[in-house]
Amino acid sequence: MDEIAPEYDVVVLGTGLTECVLSGVLSVKGKKVLHIDRNDHYGGESASLNIENLFKRYGQYSKGEEPWKKYGRVNDWNVDLVPKLLMSNGELTNILVSTDVTRYLEFKQIAGSYVQQGNGARATVAKVPSDAGEALRSPLMGLFEKRRAKKFLEWVGAFKEDDPATHNGLNLNTCTMKDVYDKFGLEATTRDFIGHSMALYTTDGYINQKGMAKDAIVRIRLYANSMARYGKSPYIYPLYGLGELPQGFARLSAIYGGTYMLNTSIDEILYDGSKVAGIKATMKDRSDSDDAGDPGMKFTTKTKMILGDPSYFPGKVQVVGHLLKAICILNHPIDRTDNSDSLQLIIPQSQIGRKNDVYIAMVSSAHNVCPKGYYIAIVSTIAETSANHHLELQPGLERLGRIEEKFMGPPIPLYEPLESGASDKIYISKSYDATSHFETTTDDVRDIYRRAMGEELVVEGLREGQTLAEE
Amino acid sequence: MASRPGAAGRPGGRFAQFKLVLLGESAVGKSSLVLRFVKDQFDDYRESTIGAAFLTQTISLDENTTVKFEIWDTAGQERYKSLAPMYYRNANCAVVVYDITQASSLDKAKSWVKELQRQANENIIIALAGNKSDMVADSPDKRAIETADAEAYAREAGLLFFETSAKTSTNVKELFTAIARKLPLDQAGPRMRQNLRPGVDLRPETSNTQGAGPCSC
Repeated sequence: MDEIAPEYDVVVLGTGLTECVLSGVLSVKGKKVLHIDRNDHYGGESASLNIENLFKRYGQYSKGEEPWKKYGRVNDWNVDLVPKLLMSNGELTNILVSTDVTRYLEFKQIAGSYVQQGNGARATVAKVPSDAGEALRSPLMGLFEKRRAKKFLEWVGAFKEDDPATHNGLNLNTCTMKDVYDKFGLEATTRDFIGHSMALYTTDGYINQKGMAKDAIVRIRLYANSMARYGKSPYIYPLYGLGELPQGFARLSAIYGGTYMLNTSIDEILYDGSKVAGIKATMKDRSDSDDAGDPGMKFTTKTKMILGDPSYFPGKVQVVGHLLKAICILNHPIDRTDNSDSLQLIIPQSQIGRKNDVYIAMVSSAHNVCPKGYYIAIVSTIAETSANHHLELQPGLERLGRIEEKFMGPPIPLYEPLESGASDKIYISKSYDATSHFETTTDDVRDIYRRAMGEELVVEGLREGQTLAEE
Repeated sequence: MASRPGAAGRPGGRFAQFKLVLLGESAVGKSSLVLRFVKDQFDDYRESTIGAAFLTQTISLDENTTVKFEIWDTAGQERYKSLAPMYYRNANCAVVVYDITQASSLDKAKSWVKELQRQANENIIIALAGNKSDMVADSPDKRAIETADAEAYAREAGLLFFETSAKTSTNVKELFTAIARKLPLDQAGPRMRQNLRPGVDLRPETSNTQGAGPCSC
C-alpha cells in the first residue's frame, strides 16, 4: 500500500454531490486533495441504491426473507435517495459542461412537468405551460385569464435586467411579486402555478417580500429557457440515476491528482489552536480475506482545511427543518400524465391547505434505474407537524394509484453549519433540501468555495490551460 | 457532429466504438501501455497517472472494419480500492495488467478479474497483459512470473493473454487487435455508435469535442 502524503491542501469528507463537485474543482485548480468517505460506496446522501440495499436501508424485511428477489436483478435498480432533477439550463448543467464531466455521463429528458389544481379526486393535473402559446392552450385557466397569463409570460421573456424600458413601469428593486401579479391582474390559481411550478418556490413566502420580484422573474426565465432547450420538460436526468453525478466529479478530481479513500473512518480531527490542522483516520480493510478482526490501516495527515458534509460534524451543525419522503415503486405510469415515462408533479401548498408544496418526482426504466415495467416515484415535502407524517404526504401518494412497495422512514433532518468556517477552517455543506432541482446545491458549492478560497468560483474555462494528456 | 475517422463514412464500412477499461496494481504500466498504443510514446520516468483520463484510438481490422476504443484509465482510483461503479458501467472490454517482474502483481490481477466478473457486463472481453517483458530480455533472472503459469491461468479463466512491453512496444498493437477481433462488431450497443447515443447532448454544438486518435485511413 502506498504511503499517504504527510500533508494535503484540502481534506474532503463525504462523497455527496456537493463535496465531489468541490473536490473536482479544487483538484483542477491544482490543490492537493484527499477525499474520504466512511461508506464503501460513493454518493453519501446523494447515492443511488440497488433494490436490495434499499430494502436493507429501510429495514423493510424480516430475517430470512429476501423481498427484493421478486424485483429482478438487484443491480438493474438505481434508486435515488434525493428526489431532484437537473434544470437543463441550470448551474449544475453549466458546471458539468465546463468541467467536461459530461463525458462520463449520459442524460435524458424528463418527459413532463405537471402541476395540480384543486384537491382530491376532482383535482386537475395539467402540464405546466411554459410559454405564451402553451398558456393559451392550458386547461389550468379560463379564457380571459389565459390572455393575461400570455401577456405576463411574454413580458418575462422580453425582460432585461439592465433595461428599465422592459420593466413595465415597475421598480424591481423595491416592488414585491404581488405588485407584479397585480399589475397583470393574474388570478390566485395562476399565481399559484407560476410561483410554485415555474419559479419553483416551495412556499408562498416570496410573494410579499420586497425586492423579490427580480428573483422570481429570473427563476421563471430559467424554467422557460430550460424548457425551450429540449422541448418536453425543463428537466434532464442522468442514465443510471443521480448517484452517477458524484462519481463523475470524483473521477474529475482523481484525474487531476485527487486521492480517494472509501471505507475510511475519521478517528479524530486535529487542531492547532482554533484552526484545523489534520486528521487521524482508519481505512478498513476490504481485501478478500474474511479477517473481521483486521484493524485496518491507521494514518495521520496534515491539512490546511477540511470540507465536509454535516454528518461528519454533528457538533457544528443545526437542524433547520425535516424533510418527509416516500420512495414508491409502481408498475404503471401516473394517471392523467399522458403515460409519461418520467415527470415532476407539483402540488402547490395552497391547493391542499399546507404551507409547503408536495412534490412527486418519477423516473423509470427509460433512465436505466429499474427493469422494464417499473416506475420509481418519490413523494416529498417539508414536515409541518411532529406526527402523522404519513398524512402530510397523502396528497402526493393519492396521485400514484396502486403502489407495489413504499419506503418511508422517519423525517429526515436538514442540517446547516453553525459557523462559516472562518475561524476553524472547516467548511460544512448543507443537507440536500426540499427543492426539486440542484440549483440550491450549486449555490452551496459556490458559497463554500467563496468561504474557503476567498474568491468567486468561475467554472467557465476551468480546464483550459491545464496540462492534460491529449483527449 | 464532427466527421469521424476510419470506415465510418465509407459505404458498406463497419464502424463500432467500444469502452475499454484498464485495471491492475499501481505502477505495473497501465498508462504506459495505453500511451504506447495511442501515441506510440514511452516515458521511463512517467509519474503516477494524472490527467490521462479518456484516450481514444482507432484500429482497422480490415478494409471495411474499423474499431474505435474509448479507453478509460483508473486515474489512480484503484490505489485504495475506490473505483466507482461508473468505471465498469458498459465496459465492453478490459485489459488487466500485471508486472512480470513482481510476483504479487499477478495475484492482484486475478482479484481484478474477479471484480470485473462481479461488476461488469457478463460478456465483457478481458485480456491479461504481463507487462515489462523488456526487463527480462537481458536479465532473465528478473522474471518473477513464468509465462506458462500466467498463460495457464488465462486459459482457465477465459482471458486473452499477452506478455507486453510498453517500452519496446512488443505485443502492444497485437494485444489491442486481438481484443478488437473478439468484440461483437455486429451487435452495437448504445455506447458503441455515438450517433445512437440515446441521451441529450448538453454541450453547445460548436464545442463538441472528438477523440484524438490518429486517422487510420
